[in-house]
Amino acid sequence: MHKVTTRTRASTVAGLAAVALVVLGLVLPAFASRSLIQDLFFILTMLTLAQLWNLIAGYGGMVSVGQQAFVGIGAYAMFAGVILWGWDPVPAILLGGVAAFLLAIPMAFFAFRLQGAYFAIGTWVIAEVTRLLVAQWKTLGGGTGTSLPREATSDIIGVAAIAELFGIRDAAARDILAYWLALALAVGTMAAIYALLRSRTGLALAAVRDNDNAARSVGVDAQRVKWLVFLSAATMTGLVGALIYVQTARISPDAAFSVTNWTAYVIFIAVIGGIGRLEGPILGVLVFWGLQTAFADYGSWYLLALGLLAIVTMLFAPRGLWGLIADRWGIALFPIQRRLILEGARNG
Amino acid sequence: MLSHASLPHAGGRMGRGGILPLCEVVAMIWLDVLVQGILLGGLYALFAAGLSLVFGIMRLVNLAHGDLIVFAAFLILVTVNLLGLNPFLSALIAAPVMFALGWALQRFVLNRVVGKDILPPLLITFGLSVALQNGMLEVFSADSQRIRAGALESASINLGVVTIGTLPLLTFGSAVLAIFILNRIFYTTAIGRAFRATSDDPVTASLMGINPRGVFAMATGLAMVIVTLAALYLGMRANFDPSIGPARLIYAFEAVIIGGLGSLWGTLAGGAIIGIAQTVGAQINPEWQILAGHLAFLAVLIIRPRGLFPRAVD
Repeated sequence: MHKVTTRTRASTVAGLAAVALVVLGLVLPAFASRSLIQDLFFILTMLTLAQLWNLIAGYGGMVSVGQQAFVGIGAYAMFAGVILWGWDPVPAILLGGVAAFLLAIPMAFFAFRLQGAYFAIGTWVIAEVTRLLVAQWKTLGGGTGTSLPREATSDIIGVAAIAELFGIRDAAARDILAYWLALALAVGTMAAIYALLRSRTGLALAAVRDNDNAARSVGVDAQRVKWLVFLSAATMTGLVGALIYVQTARISPDAAFSVTNWTAYVIFIAVIGGIGRLEGPILGVLVFWGLQTAFADYGSWYLLALGLLAIVTMLFAPRGLWGLIADRWGIALFPIQRRLILEGARNG
Repeated sequence: MLSHASLPHAGGRMGRGGILPLCEVVAMIWLDVLVQGILLGGLYALFAAGLSLVFGIMRLVNLAHGDLIVFAAFLILVTVNLLGLNPFLSALIAAPVMFALGWALQRFVLNRVVGKDILPPLLITFGLSVALQNGMLEVFSADSQRIRAGALESASINLGVVTIGTLPLLTFGSAVLAIFILNRIFYTTAIGRAFRATSDDPVTASLMGINPRGVFAMATGLAMVIVTLAALYLGMRANFDPSIGPARLIYAFEAVIIGGLGSLWGTLAGGAIIGIAQTVGAQINPEWQILAGHLAFLAVLIIRPRGLFPRAVD
């Protein structure tokens, strides 16, 4: 008697805790302050972006420096839906996912011809090209950008109901709606990544990352796996980008396609927390947010310190803070290692 | 499309006296664009030569390369302002400092992570890029700066058919000279032999008594000397501020990839291609300058993914 499982006692506890946390997250707006909700929105969206980058770089071995392309195109597609076609901003978020998916196809076509460092810069160039093209889109403000019209933000689906439910003003209700959507995206993304990594495809992905040729020699369709992961991550990144800009309600090409905001920070979060594991970005985003809150007044010094922290982490703890924890105590909250359990051996 | 965009401009210049045939005017304008593009390519080749050297030898992409160029430009600027020196002399002072910096960066930081996995060096240099940018922002502020070069800034040479700026010509000449010297070092000296051997196979090279780590440190130091040269011309030709590094890195990297891995003359050709694409793009519509350069890069990538003149094997 034997079975193969990824489950451990810690993972069972973590699973239950995760469910409890999600439930808590859902009811939180009933008693949390508006600034906490806004902070959590920031944390959840950055967490989702970091998980998605972690998926393609940490598990897929594709180090992209062009994720801002998907955030930007997703945000702009949402704006186009609202301003040009009169959509409600919330359903228009879906347009962001579609646009990012469509952009990811030519991007993958180019970038997959490149390896390693070439890939990194190639994705960056394509993001720049996208930014420059979008800056030519005069109806959406060209290079200076534009804002969501007041009519569109004043009656977003569900905002009135939330305002009535909690007895608050519309602006606060909009924050809560955005927060719930961010929570849904974060939980959905992490659940999907976890499910993917535990599946056959996840195994194939890890094999391709570790050795492309060896994976192919045992029958893994490396190209198919890469395409699948890259396109899904791009689509989700586009959704997150659109959601962030529903909340911001003001867009410009430089901000929406910012390599610092949407790729550098995201990479630092994943690196500091731990690349190649689901727990990493969770820890990383908390560290990032904590540092940002504590050192917000120090401006550029803070970013200088963040860059140095990433360097030190890569040098002395290349698997991040969670890597240190896992090495010390052997904990994996979301294990993907398959372990063989022999029933007979345990009983006998 | 092309002639429409350029005609009004031409009419203004030629309108008074000459009744030049239309096609001749158009040809001259495009000849001018081509020459300016090639000269601009000299600057990009200077940005790229150091990157090409390091990349060719140790497969390491320094994502902070552009920020290091900007840093060197500030270093030259400070020397000019403090000591009241000529920019060229200031660059001579800055070069050894940059060499030491590059050597130390490689020796104490990057050597620890150079290897098969490209992720750690990429992320470390990315961290360095952000740290450098923000450090410079704090120290030098976000104001645009320029290295004053006196009469040289506006000097030009009239060649009859086209008029070219002395400074762009000097930039291009320096790029050619720098690449010529780098090639001589690469192919005729002992350290150059060590560079090539390490590039081909670091393990075998170390069996032959070469210390790859020392070679890597020398290479990065040498790259930083080229960076200083690039910074000198960047600072004299245009305004710069702490935020412009990443764009320089992208142009440099495009030139390296177009040229092909490990080929320094290829890098010069790559720089010229980006430069020509940008001036042609700007001629059609000023907003398309940068875009045209990127599109040229992507086009080369489709046709020849390994670049035009690849030497080393990836």
